[in-house]
Amino acid sequence: MKIEKVPMKGLTSEEYEKALKISWKPKLQYAWDNGIAIGKYLQGLKEGKLLASCCNRCGRIMLPVRSFCELCWRPTDGEIAVNDTGVVNTFAICHVNWDASRLKPDEPRHIPAVIEIDGASKGQGIMHVLGNVDPAKVKIGMKVKAVWKPVAERVGSIDDIRFFEPY
Amino acid sequence: MGYRKVAIVGAGITKFVRRAEETGPEMAYLASKMALDQAGLKLKDVEMITLGTAPDAFDGVHMKGEYLLSGAGGNGKQYIRNFVGGGTGVFAPIHGWMHVASGACDVCLVVCSEKMSSCHPHPQGAFLTIFDHTTEQPLKPTLIWIFALEMRRYMETYGLTKADIARVAVKNKNNALDHPSSQVADTVTLEDVLNSEVLAEPVHRLDISPASDGAAAMVLVSEHVAKRLTDKPVWIDGVGWNLDTAYWATKDLYYPRYVEKAARMAYEMAGITEPHKQIQVAEPYDPFDYKELHHLEGLLLCERGDAARLTAEGYTARTGNLPVCPSGGALGVGNPIAATGLMKVIEIFLQLREEAGKRQVPGKPRVGLAQAWGDLMQVGTVIVLRR
Repeated sequence: MKIEKVPMKGLTSEEYEKALKISWKPKLQYAWDNGIAIGKYLQGLKEGKLLASCCNRCGRIMLPVRSFCELCWRPTDGEIAVNDTGVVNTFAICHVNWDASRLKPDEPRHIPAVIEIDGASKGQGIMHVLGNVDPAKVKIGMKVKAVWKPVAERVGSIDDIRFFEPY
Repeated sequence: MGYRKVAIVGAGITKFVRRAEETGPEMAYLASKMALDQAGLKLKDVEMITLGTAPDAFDGVHMKGEYLLSGAGGNGKQYIRNFVGGGTGVFAPIHGWMHVASGACDVCLVVCSEKMSSCHPHPQGAFLTIFDHTTEQPLKPTLIWIFALEMRRYMETYGLTKADIARVAVKNKNNALDHPSSQVADTVTLEDVLNSEVLAEPVHRLDISPASDGAAAMVLVSEHVAKRLTDKPVWIDGVGWNLDTAYWATKDLYYPRYVEKAARMAYEMAGITEPHKQIQVAEPYDPFDYKELHHLEGLLLCERGDAARLTAEGYTARTGNLPVCPSGGALGVGNPIAATGLMKVIEIFLQLREEAGKRQVPGKPRVGLAQAWGDLMQVGTVIVLRR
C-alpha cells in the first residue's frame, strides 16, 4: 500500500469559513418514559429516599432500581430504601461544560463522582456531583451525604438531590 | 472450530484531519478504492461489505449506514452496518471475518468512515446522549467526566502519577510523526503534556486524542482466493468481543474486565497461551493516554498496574520488547472513531508484512494484535493477526 500517498488534506479554519456549506439546527424534542423501575426510583427521590432493588437469587441490592436482575435474568424482588450517604469511589474536577465550552474563572467547578451508596451491595455506585466542598480537599474514600432540594421543589428527578457533600 | 481461514490482502486509509472538505461517502470511497487497488481487485469482485461508523449524531445524518453505502461500494450488494460505539473500528473487521470464515462469501470489503466535524460547536456535545436520559443526563455529564473518573480510579489503585500516564501521550504523538495520515503528531515533551490545559482533573488537553474526520478500509478473503492474490497474506488468527453492563458506575473502573474477556476469546481461537510472550506488536485503543496502560493490562500483555513502569522503561517504544502503538495511535494519528480502530488493524497488517516504512518495528514480528474499546466503558473488541 502506498500509504505515503494517502489522500485528503483537511481544511484550515480560514478555508473552512470560506467553504460553501449548509447548516441545520435541529429542534428535536423527546419525552422519555421513566419505565416501571426508574419510575419507582424517581418517586422515591421525590419523597427524599434512595431506593434500591433486591434480587433474592444473587442477593444483590442494586442501584438504580431495575425491573430485572441482569445477572440472574429474572424479575427483581422489590425495593428497599438505602441510606442517602455513601463513599466517593472516584471523582474529577471539571473545567468544561457538557458541550466542551470552558467554565469562566469565577464559576464553580463541576465535581462529578462515583458514589458507592451505603446499604447497597458493595460497589453499587451512582454518578452524581459533589458540592459544598473545596475541590482540593476531595479524596477517594471520603464519606458524603445527599443534600436534598426542599420538598416543595422536588419533581421526581435525579436533580432532587442537589449534590453530595462531606459529612 | 470449523471456521474457514481468513486473510487480509489489502488496506486503504485517508489522512485524518480536523475538518475534511470531503463528505463521509467521499472519504469512504477514497479508502475503499485504495484497499481494492492494493488487493488487485475490482468492486465487482467484492461479494459482501460491512461498514463501521459511530453515532449518527456526529454527522446529523440518520441511517448513516445507508448514507455511506455508495462510497463504500455497497450498491446492490450484501451490505450491512455494524456498530459497538468506540469498539466499532476493530469490530468491523471481526464482522467481515464472520462473513468469510462462515463461508457466506469469499471476498468481503470492510470500511470505516467517520466525519465528526459536522457537529457544532464541538462534537463533544453529541456524547451527552450516550448517558442514561433519566438518571444521568440531568447532571449534564461530558465524556471527559467519565474518563477523568476512570483515570483517577486507575491512578489511585496503583499509586500512579500524572507523569506516569503522560509518557504514553509523549510516545504516541512522537511515533505519529512517521505516519502519513497523522493529524496531531508532535514532538511533545512530558512537560508539554503536564502543562497543557486542565479539562477535568486529572485529564489535561494533551492526554486526549482529537476529534477527527477520516476513513479506512480493508479487504478480507478466503484462503483459496488469498493464494491467488498475494504471497504475503496476513491471517486473522483470532477474534474476540465482549460487552459489560451499562450500569457503569456499579463496576470498579480500575480494570477493564470486558477487554480481558474479549482478549481471552481471541487468544483461545489463535492458540495463544502466553500473550505477553507471543504477541510481538500491539495497537491497543488509546483515545486517552491512560487507556493504553489500562488496555495493556486488560489484554494480559503485562501484570496489572505494571504498564506505566514498562512504558517509562521503554518496553513499549517502537524499538522496545513489545512495541505498542507504533502507528502513533489515536493520540497522534487522530481519532475518527470507527476509522481509528481500523487504522490500528491496518498498522498491524503493515507491520507483519514489513511494509510500515519508517514506523517498522524491528525483529520481523509474526504475530500482532489490535484492540478497540467504547461506549460507557463497556465494550472490548480484539483481533489477533499472524503472517
